[in-house]
Amino acid sequence: MLNAAIEIAFVLIGTALALNLYRLLRGPDTTDRILALDTLGINAIALIVLFGIRTASSAYFEVALLLALMGFIGTVALCKFLLRGDIIE
Amino acid sequence: MSTATESAVAVLILLGALFVLLGSIGLARLPDFLTRLHGPTKATTLGVGAMLLASAIFFSSGTNEGISLHELAILFFLFITAPVTAHLLAKAALHRQTGTQQSDSGTPVRGRDGEKLPHPDKTS
Amino acid sequence: MRWLLPRPLLSATVFLLWAVITNAASLALLLLGGLLAIAVPRLTLPFWPDPPRLVRPWRAVRLFAVFAADIVTANWRVARQVVGPLYRLSPALIEVPLDLRDPFLATLLGSIVSLTPGTVAIDVDRQRWVLLVHALDAPDPQALVREIKDRYELPLKEIFAC
Repeated sequence: MLNAAIEIAFVLIGTALALNLYRLLRGPDTTDRILALDTLGINAIALIVLFGIRTASSAYFEVALLLALMGFIGTVALCKFLLRGDIIE
Repeated sequence: MSTATESAVAVLILLGALFVLLGSIGLARLPDFLTRLHGPTKATTLGVGAMLLASAIFFSSGTNEGISLHELAILFFLFITAPVTAHLLAKAALHRQTGTQQSDSGTPVRGRDGEKLPHPDKTS
Repeated sequence: MRWLLPRPLLSATVFLLWAVITNAASLALLLLGGLLAIAVPRLTLPFWPDPPRLVRPWRAVRLFAVFAADIVTANWRVARQVVGPLYRLSPALIEVPLDLRDPFLATLLGSIVSLTPGTVAIDVDRQRWVLLVHALDAPDPQALVREIKDRYELPLKEIFAC
């Protein structure tokens, strides 16, 4: 039962990633693209956690944690750049 | 692992994946930026949160390595950062929509609906 | 005690986060976490603004329960709106006048509003103390303003003396 649930979840998250990619390519504004990238990162975390459950290995935890940290910092830096034209003043 | 925990993990995984998908549907489908912001900040955060909980339960009920709590750290972190990301993105979007050039004099800019918005970095 | 733990809440957060990340695996790691919980708040003391005083901590439990329940139930509502017909939505930018006068509490309220579905806090105007909120579907903005004030702002004001 667990395996079936994981397979279905892989499909659902894959669809979600495709939708994010659509928004990333389509735009129309830079902020839409940043939002799409951020969501892509968070969905990737979900995918990694799911893969960790599937392989019953907790080695992927650090990857997910780093992705969460780096995704957030990247998004903040990009927003800051849009707002101020500069990241560190 | 007992059947009860296994089904709990399965349900959490499915719910999580469903909410992740709903967040992305919102992102792709809604008409303008500020409405699009709603999907990823909330549905996606909740979805990933459910998935992390599933992972914590799964590894805690495993055989060898005792309880597994570190997923909660990611969960905590995501729930703290989601509003910050949304706030900065919304600010950036409003800033761009007004079309006014950034000036350091702190002159108020006009929002989309003609409201007065504070200067993006002059909130203190 | 005040010298050792100038920010008890921050110390508790650091310790809990450390325990959670290391899976609370051994006593040595917990001791290291305790050291960090003392050192980090002391070293970063100059960077922290004065926090508001916590007077009724037990009310925080109730607020957290309300908040957690709202996340789940209202997410379901937003999920239906996102999949359903879009022309029925009436998005709006709403100004919520605030009664609290503390940057930290305003941030907390903004985060709560952002995480409860249907609303995203965009900005706090600290000249007029107004929270700018974007709602996905708000046919009646005044009702939403009242809901935010009664449900989240009032308990926050009671928890912290403000």
